[in-house]
Amino acid sequence: MSPAGPTAAALPSSRVVHAFLRNPLAVSGLALFGFTLLVAVLAPALAPDTYDNQDIMGRLKPPLSRGTDGRVYLLGSDPLGRDMLSRIIYGARASVSVALAGLVIGGGLGSLLGLLAGFGGRGLDALVMRIVDAQLAFPSLLLAIAVIAALGTSLWTLLAVLALRSWAVHARTLRSAVLVIREQESVTAARALGAGPMRVAFKEILPNALAPLIVVATAQLGALILLESTLSFLGIGLQPPAPSWGSMLSSGRPYMTVAWWVAAVPGVAILIAVLGANLLGDGLRDALDPRLKWS
Amino acid sequence: MAGRAPGAAPVLPAGLLYLLGRLGQLVPTVLTVSVIAFVLIRLSGDPASLLLTPEATEVERRAFRDAHGLDRSLPVQYLVFLGNLLRGNLGTSFWQHEPALRVVLSRFPATLLLSVTAIVIVIAFGLAVGVVAAMFRGTALDWFVMAGVGLGQSVATFWLGLMLILVFAVFIPLFPPSGYGTPAQLVLPAVTLAAYYVAVTTRLTRSGMLEVLGQDFIRTARAKGLGESATILRHGLRNALIPITTVLGLQIGELLAGAVVTETVFAWPGVGTLVLDAITRRDYPVVQATIVLIALVYALVNLTVDLVYGVLDPRVRVR
Repeated sequence: MSPAGPTAAALPSSRVVHAFLRNPLAVSGLALFGFTLLVAVLAPALAPDTYDNQDIMGRLKPPLSRGTDGRVYLLGSDPLGRDMLSRIIYGARASVSVALAGLVIGGGLGSLLGLLAGFGGRGLDALVMRIVDAQLAFPSLLLAIAVIAALGTSLWTLLAVLALRSWAVHARTLRSAVLVIREQESVTAARALGAGPMRVAFKEILPNALAPLIVVATAQLGALILLESTLSFLGIGLQPPAPSWGSMLSSGRPYMTVAWWVAAVPGVAILIAVLGANLLGDGLRDALDPRLKWS
Repeated sequence: MAGRAPGAAPVLPAGLLYLLGRLGQLVPTVLTVSVIAFVLIRLSGDPASLLLTPEATEVERRAFRDAHGLDRSLPVQYLVFLGNLLRGNLGTSFWQHEPALRVVLSRFPATLLLSVTAIVIVIAFGLAVGVVAAMFRGTALDWFVMAGVGLGQSVATFWLGLMLILVFAVFIPLFPPSGYGTPAQLVLPAVTLAAYYVAVTTRLTRSGMLEVLGQDFIRTARAKGLGESATILRHGLRNALIPITTVLGLQIGELLAGAVVTETVFAWPGVGTLVLDAITRRDYPVVQATIVLIALVYALVNLTVDLVYGVLDPRVRVR
């Protein structure tokens, strides 16, 4: 936490921006993840074709080759003759939006629980932290598989699984931030001026806890993209014909030995997105609070 | 053991007490896992309508419910489930008509072989590369290692596995692409499973070593004329190992669960491929048995890590 007043921690001060921009890894993370986001947002404008347009005569064309209708497959075509590049571009949209939605749900619930734990009485705090410990002590992939086994594959199950993967870290982070901040003079002053607990929580504590929260959320983003693509690869995440990178990889797998690109290309897309998110998370952490190193 | 006068008790009973206390902590873990396993299976709907054909008569349905105790109240069903669990009875596989636990245990050696090999790779490479990177901090070598760590933490395991197959089994046929039984078949899966955790361990070791090497006792060790390798290993690594061990313990549990993915890629006949098949076949007793077994192994691994912790850091034992 920055020792300065509420605004210094809430808004990116010039010191933080400067520290971030001086770190080449952080900037490349921003570039890689920003690129992924841009592709996801602009998918219909960028993609040369739709993601489900099949051309049985143009199956498994290698990258840079021409299809029967004379068009160029920049990244090749898949076993159903669909343009890989277009599917990768729409895949960015599918994978990133699902991961972001899971992060918003899990991060929101986790933050709320962390706020409750930090503010509520000892009993509530102990209860929430016990659940957090139990959650963090259980292998996340195993829990995901168990939940999907019970609820069946659907978009909502997938979002629940992603939220389940990310809430605990947020709860823990916000709780420890609350414990530090609520002893600060600005909070005491607000209380003395008659601010109720809700006002203190949302007007004083939350803005001050934003820095560690952003760091944790960004660090989770890469993990969620990986988890989504892993589940989709295993066939229990996003279901075809949704163009998830993970399911593209598993459907291309039987053709891998004759058409390497159907397996190689989606993995590179995952690598770019996850590496970008991870580098961005590390860079934000170093710029906002070097002491968060171990979390 | 709180409240005991320091230095008053002999060493062995304290160690034994510590061990018993830690074993006692397994009880809530097992209970939690049993509740999770029970609830999840009940969430999946009425097993009678899942398993019997739609043409089954009401009599057949009732017989099925009676046979599986589904007519009783949920708390009673849970207690029955828990009692069976404690006696090692996790139900009968709907698919193979054998005890679910036996089905899972028959696949367990393959998973264990894969996981243990991967863990050995993680510890050997992660520690060695991390120490070397810390010793050559800021050089091209360090930069190279950190680039590898960044990639290793971001790559999708299943993709890495497929690319290893493509390069080392298809393009350059050095290793078999799948299968189980020979040491050569173990190489690619173990490397795939280990990669992410090697990256995590390398990173932790490097930063832990950098922290420790800046401290006064390292300067003292050097000043008293201790050789560089003895300083690094005996004073540096031993102290850096304490936080690494904690994280490694948690990582090993994730690695065990992560074996599911690696097994799928390499058609490895372990628990992971079994549980995915069981999900698609709706063979819930097998899913349940797998979850309970892996969670139990995971708890045991963490217990072991805590005990190793005591060896590494004598301060822990007294507490």
